[in-house]
Amino acid sequence: MNPEELLEIAERIVGWSRDGEQIEAVVGHSQETEVRVYEGEMESLSVAESQGVGIRVIADGRQGFAHAGTLDPEVLEETLAEARDNTVFGSPDEFFGLAEPDGVDPPELDLYNEALLDFSTEAKIDLALELEKMVRGGDPRIVGVESADYGDAVGADAIATTSGIRSTGRDTSCYLTAYSLASEGDETQTGFGFSVGREPSTLDVAEAASDAVERATRMLGATQPPTERVTVVLDPFVTAQFLGIIGGTLSGEAVLKGRSLFADRLGDQVAAATVTLVDDPTNPEAFTASDADGEGLATRRNLLIGGGQLERFLHNSYTGRRSGTASTGSAVRGYASTPGVGCQALSLVPGDRPPGELIAGIDNGVLVQGVSGLHSGVNPVSGDFSTGAEGLRIRNGELAEPVREITIASTLQRMLLDVAAVGSDLTWLPMSSAGVSLVVAEVTMSGA
Amino acid sequence: MIDESVVAGTLSEALRTGGEFAEVFVEDRRSSSALLDDGKVEELTSGRTRGAGIRVVAGETTGFAHTSDLSEAGLAKAARAAAAAARGGGGGHQMVALDRVDAPAPNEVEVLPETVAKATKVELLGRADEAARAAGLAISQVSARYADGRRRILVANSDGLLAGDDQVRTRFAVSCVAVGDTGMQTGFESVGRPIGFELFDEYEVDALARTAANRALTKLAAQPAPSGSMPVVIGPGGGGVLFHEACGHGLEADLVAKQASVFRNRVGEQVAHPEVTLIDDGTMARQWGAYAIDDEGRPAQRNVLIENGVLTDYMWDLLRARKEGRESSGNGRRQSYQHLPMVRMTNTYLANGTEDPADIIAATDRGVYVAHLGGGQVNTATGDFVFGMSEAYLIVNGEIGPPIREGNLIGNGPEVLTGIEALGNDFAMGSPGTCGKDGQGVPVGDGTPTLRVASMTIGGTAA
Repeated sequence: MNPEELLEIAERIVGWSRDGEQIEAVVGHSQETEVRVYEGEMESLSVAESQGVGIRVIADGRQGFAHAGTLDPEVLEETLAEARDNTVFGSPDEFFGLAEPDGVDPPELDLYNEALLDFSTEAKIDLALELEKMVRGGDPRIVGVESADYGDAVGADAIATTSGIRSTGRDTSCYLTAYSLASEGDETQTGFGFSVGREPSTLDVAEAASDAVERATRMLGATQPPTERVTVVLDPFVTAQFLGIIGGTLSGEAVLKGRSLFADRLGDQVAAATVTLVDDPTNPEAFTASDADGEGLATRRNLLIGGGQLERFLHNSYTGRRSGTASTGSAVRGYASTPGVGCQALSLVPGDRPPGELIAGIDNGVLVQGVSGLHSGVNPVSGDFSTGAEGLRIRNGELAEPVREITIASTLQRMLLDVAAVGSDLTWLPMSSAGVSLVVAEVTMSGA
Repeated sequence: MIDESVVAGTLSEALRTGGEFAEVFVEDRRSSSALLDDGKVEELTSGRTRGAGIRVVAGETTGFAHTSDLSEAGLAKAARAAAAAARGGGGGHQMVALDRVDAPAPNEVEVLPETVAKATKVELLGRADEAARAAGLAISQVSARYADGRRRILVANSDGLLAGDDQVRTRFAVSCVAVGDTGMQTGFESVGRPIGFELFDEYEVDALARTAANRALTKLAAQPAPSGSMPVVIGPGGGGVLFHEACGHGLEADLVAKQASVFRNRVGEQVAHPEVTLIDDGTMARQWGAYAIDDEGRPAQRNVLIENGVLTDYMWDLLRARKEGRESSGNGRRQSYQHLPMVRMTNTYLANGTEDPADIIAATDRGVYVAHLGGGQVNTATGDFVFGMSEAYLIVNGEIGPPIREGNLIGNGPEVLTGIEALGNDFAMGSPGTCGKDGQGVPVGDGTPTLRVASMTIGGTAA
């Protein structure tokens, strides 16, 4: 379905509003294809079409919500009735309310590429087969490819509200991903590689394959080092994961509800002067770029930390209103939930030195190439974190032997202040934050 | 839920291009949840999803399509899309005769949540908020969530199977923030069972809230976690998730077949201390991961994976079992009708030992006592895992000492199995969990008695 058809449905729902009642309808539709190959054969081909609607009702200062995974006309009415009924049981809150048009024009972004629609299923299968073959042939120590997938999606959505919001959007996306197994002696290591784009011709099969090969083989022979305090260099992919967590602590919702370690710190120096952090979904380079947020307001560039100083928190219309400010266009949601607050395309402003130069300046350190259990190991409220890690030792400015079964631990607060340098290698990833090499001093590395 | 003849017709349609096996999975799910945060009931949410997933297998290839249109025409369209992947050709028209089989439910459901007034559900939240705040002045924030779901499924396949299940789950969780001189700390507690509103006859929400609050308060006084390798004692029920992650995933037949498991080719071998028995049991009454049938229509089973330290079997779904010429073990699950099934755990637990838990702690000079593990993840190919410790204490001279702040625990699955030195006689199940694999989440349970592992790595900040 195209966005105009979805908007028509959303407007129909909004048209059912009663006196004194605010209604927001979010309608989405997507078509997805996923191909998985294994040992030169197609293992599975999934084709899927899904749609859904989420309806928020605010009446007498109370809020109710309901969603359904279908757009059948009788279900729309049933869903609205449920949402309306649910308002009765919520607590009243004077700050509840829908977004209101704020005059900010949405950026012109090219997120929909018709070339994806013309790409045949056969060609998708061939891409996945080619990827698997390249991973297998990439190194004699690669003994298997656990999975090699091609996937794509065509999505459209629309938002309408009684407060006058009318927003539509559509985008295309596709990806290739491979998980590899490398073996030497009786040791096995795993790796992954991926490539993402708006249409298949922009996918880089060779890069996805060589990443999968390198990530698995570079860890062969890794050992557990002793515990010590070291300087770490975070690989861009690792930095992006940390940024995602830091971004969460800068949400206006966390601040209002006393769950942010940065509450009351606006204007303070919370990070080293080299740290400038921006959330900018209007950047067309970002895979998660978008022209409107989850409440239908235009997205905008938000400076969060400038030269180490905390500049701003992100808001949706509720948290903005309650904080005495306005939405920063940062409502995030699917149709099955009410709008939260979050980063959409977060990145550090890059420095001027490439990773090789950063490493050359370190006598004793670790290049952290992968972390695991980051979400279970970080407490975004207290800031304590401890994560499993693996990577390469850095000795006298050069990369040395691989290490595994280590953890790195600190607090998010200290880590931001301990940033010694930001690399020049900014790279956008298929997540809501960008990667860049990051040097952090004084991190505890636990091993044997 | 859907007419039997329509299901049979859809299967015939799915086999027209020459597929050897076809399956229709129909799901109708209703959910409701209520969230209290910051002293206010923010909202009640109701959800409804309904649809069918159709798969066709031809040779090594599976075709899959799903639709939210459950009309005969909608199902036929999805069947053709799934069949398109199976390009064997020349199947022609095949009739499928369905034979309905009913499997026993793991337990009764007494009070369907949909029959309970919304006001009654909301009232629980207010009580939890009050009890948590009363637990200590340092409690600065409370959030409580009530959630219930009813999932009705129907599975039919071209082998003639027709089976259905009506799965009800109810859950309650409380999360608290405490503020002190050392900053903010959090505490969490949750309960969930495959039953209805009678969950609250068993659990008082006030008590759950106090547990969550006390976890946060305790941590205010916590010292930094140590770092390095040391003995670890895991409390009853607190560490089942470790065996789920560190061992269970490696025993899933799909990962084994793709050489992505450290337990490949090890059936019959001694892989753990002779006192270790690991079981996955989908029939376990009132446990979070239980069901009557799996999402391929197979009745749930009790599967012994490791018996007296010897690896006895892996867990199987239908496709993997067919390839090996054996039966599924009832472990074929999927998140929803929009997903392909795969091998998944149910309730995975380490069976009871014989020692007095007090003796296990007393025999540990220096180490860490983990009362509660948080989330974690494992690399099944290497067996390496990581877990967050959400409630842990130092063990000093054989006694549980001061609390420690959050840190990760890392180790290796096969090494932990052989490193188990002592098993207590105080078995308990842990908190309800959601297991993620390949982007799909399903409800699972876990459990352990008190146990000691000779050495694991603690990732703290203290030297």
